[in-house]
Amino acid sequence: MSAGIAGQFRSRAAEADAARFGLWIFLATEVLFFGPLFMGYVYGRMHLGDAFAAASRHTDVTIGTLNTAVLLTSSFTMAMAAEARRAGARAARGLLAATALLGCAFLALKGFEYHAEWREHLVPGASFAFDAAHARGAEIFYYLYFAMTGVHAVHLTVGIAIVIGFAVRFDRANAGHVEIAGLYWHFVDAIWIFLYPMLYLVGRAG
Amino acid sequence: MTYLGEGYTLRSWLSTHDHKRIALLFAISITAFFFIGGAAAAFMRLELATPAGDLVSDDTYNRLFTAHGVIMVWLFLIPSIPNVLGNFLVPMMIGARDLAFPRLNLASWYVYMAGGILVLGALISGGVDTGWTFYTPFSTMFSDSHVVLTLAGVFVLGVSSIMSGLNFIVTVHTLRAPGMTWFRLPLFVWAIYATSIILVLATPVLGMTLTLVAIERVLGVGIFDPALGGDPLLFQHLFWFYSHPAVYIMLLPAMGVASEIIPCFARKRIFSYRFMAYAIIAIAALGFLVWGHHMFVSGQSAYASIVFSLLSFLVAIPSAVKVFNWTATLYKGRITLSAPMLYAWGFVGLFTIGGITGLYLASLALDVHLTDTYFVIAHFHYIMVGGSVMAYLGGIHFWWPKATGRLYPEMWARVSAVLVFVGFNLTFFPQYLLGYQGMPRRYHAYPAEFTLLNVFSSCGAAVLAIGYLLPLVYLTWSLLRGAAAGDNPWRATGLEWQTPSPPPKHNFEDTPVVEAGPYEYEGART
Ligand code: HEM
Ligand SMILES: [Cu+2]
Repeated sequence: MSAGIAGQFRSRAAEADAARFGLWIFLATEVLFFGPLFMGYVYGRMHLGDAFAAASRHTDVTIGTLNTAVLLTSSFTMAMAAEARRAGARAARGLLAATALLGCAFLALKGFEYHAEWREHLVPGASFAFDAAHARGAEIFYYLYFAMTGVHAVHLTVGIAIVIGFAVRFDRANAGHVEIAGLYWHFVDAIWIFLYPMLYLVGRAG
Repeated sequence: MTYLGEGYTLRSWLSTHDHKRIALLFAISITAFFFIGGAAAAFMRLELATPAGDLVSDDTYNRLFTAHGVIMVWLFLIPSIPNVLGNFLVPMMIGARDLAFPRLNLASWYVYMAGGILVLGALISGGVDTGWTFYTPFSTMFSDSHVVLTLAGVFVLGVSSIMSGLNFIVTVHTLRAPGMTWFRLPLFVWAIYATSIILVLATPVLGMTLTLVAIERVLGVGIFDPALGGDPLLFQHLFWFYSHPAVYIMLLPAMGVASEIIPCFARKRIFSYRFMAYAIIAIAALGFLVWGHHMFVSGQSAYASIVFSLLSFLVAIPSAVKVFNWTATLYKGRITLSAPMLYAWGFVGLFTIGGITGLYLASLALDVHLTDTYFVIAHFHYIMVGGSVMAYLGGIHFWWPKATGRLYPEMWARVSAVLVFVGFNLTFFPQYLLGYQGMPRRYHAYPAEFTLLNVFSSCGAAVLAIGYLLPLVYLTWSLLRGAAAGDNPWRATGLEWQTPSPPPKHNFEDTPVVEAGPYEYEGART
């Protein structure tokens, strides 16, 4: 499918439209996929508010904030890459690489954070430990924390693979492809924008 | 050259991007799963032929109905019409050469097979006893069976559904032939389109909900488990948010099939085309608002129950619109009682009975009496089996000559349609009475007073089984020996009939240009 357009489309524009539309639908399903996790979180905030606040204060807000910055920057380089690719510029290649690198940095920081949490017995399961008053609610909080950030990390990994793929085989990636990859990347970013305050900032004010 | 002749090797089939061939891949695998699920049903009815629980243990019975339910819902009902008939027909009906994403389409078959194998794997290694609904906290805490493996299978099947749904939506939006406006789409395409929207909106929620159950089961922390601070009602809300609309995933395509068959064999334009299309959309939309009627006795608030009850009644309105319009289409038509038409009539009749008894269940007070009795079993079999399976078989017969280029023996096909209808009613009508008298579901033994009706039901199941097996025989025969069908044996309208049977690889020699609506039958007075 490198040369020409797929047989079922009447024009390249139609093909690009279909791809873009398909990705938007896919992203809608992704939002819904996170839906039950958000529902569970809302439930927990309503019924176990104190424990959730206490547990949230235990997250590593420094890494979380740093990661938010890293991810926002990567969205910026990704947008630049799409823009540059449309103009035909070779610079797009470097920007794609930078995006992938920032994505990897995010994952690395996240890995540190997970490791620390593992050592502090914050991973739900047999050896979970937390101050007795809030232990039960905090465990649910951390269960959601790992589910949400875990699913997010999986999505980011897929994104990194796609972006690296385009950077390496740059000639195969036309402007439409890069734009669609960008759409996906911004989506993963946007999910994080919700996760960050939900998981790191609750109960920290005042 | 026809699409069937594009290569004869197994490899040419397993790597095809042609929507018609992928439809046949789905047809074969879905049929196999249907008969596996049917075998489980046969065991259950055999057990229930006598009041004593003597054939299988209670535990085995639990595993049987779970296997039956899981297979029938996720491996048969959800994918059957969309992935077999929809795959084959949607591109042809809108004058396209293929679906928008052919590789995604093939991938969705592989993903479906992977999900099917996971589910079968769970069955072979001992089965599951939670029922197809996986209610927590039983599924997370107590069940001693292969819950996680089954959940993984259902999750994967959901991914396949989403892929197909996405593909259909994009295809209908972007690949319609010149002149094919929205209100010239055949109602079957409308139905698949609406179904795809439900697939795309509801399935992800199911996926994540099942994942939560699996994680909770493995790690032992509570989102759903009340002992750990969780809430099992949350599970039920999330589960039924998918699973009620899932009923319309099974039913809307069936309605689409009936709307193609009935005008053709009545030789009339479909009555009130636009209302039929609007009704499809209305049913799909309302389907998202009624899930709470599965939870009347769960302890949700009384206000929630009242609202859900009222909303459930609303669904009856567009459904009735459809039934009346099919009837009006038949009125003064020049009717041929061909096999597809018999199936379509069976569909309308059984759907009507199932739908009306659904109103009984949507009525709060009655439901408290009927919940978890055989009344519910009868109701959902009327809707899902009477509705979907009837229409699926009707559709298979209707488009068989198009797909294979051959005719089947009409007489045998009519016999099988009648057998299915009679066997079906004999099996499931007694269950309404049983349920009304209070026989609970999901038990492998029952008090002797229920014996007579249960014996009727089991005998009916035997008749039904013959009705289902018969087409396997004569359709296979038709593949090998059947007479040539010609391009349009039913003199039907619709773009798919304007191309040779079987169609060439790219469906049409030249892209058709559409100048009229889909049901321009010369026919009787309108
Ligand atoms: C061939 C005739 C069939 C017979 C005799 C039959 C019989 C049964 C029986 C005895 C049950 C268990 C009732 C209970 O104790 O809860 C059941 C449940 C069920 N059946 Fe069927 N069935 C048949 C066909 C089908 C078909 C074709 C489908 C779908 C395509 C289907 C879908 C279901 C579902 C979803 C359940 C619920 C399972 C559960 O309770 O977990 N059945 N059926
Ligand atoms: Cu329902």
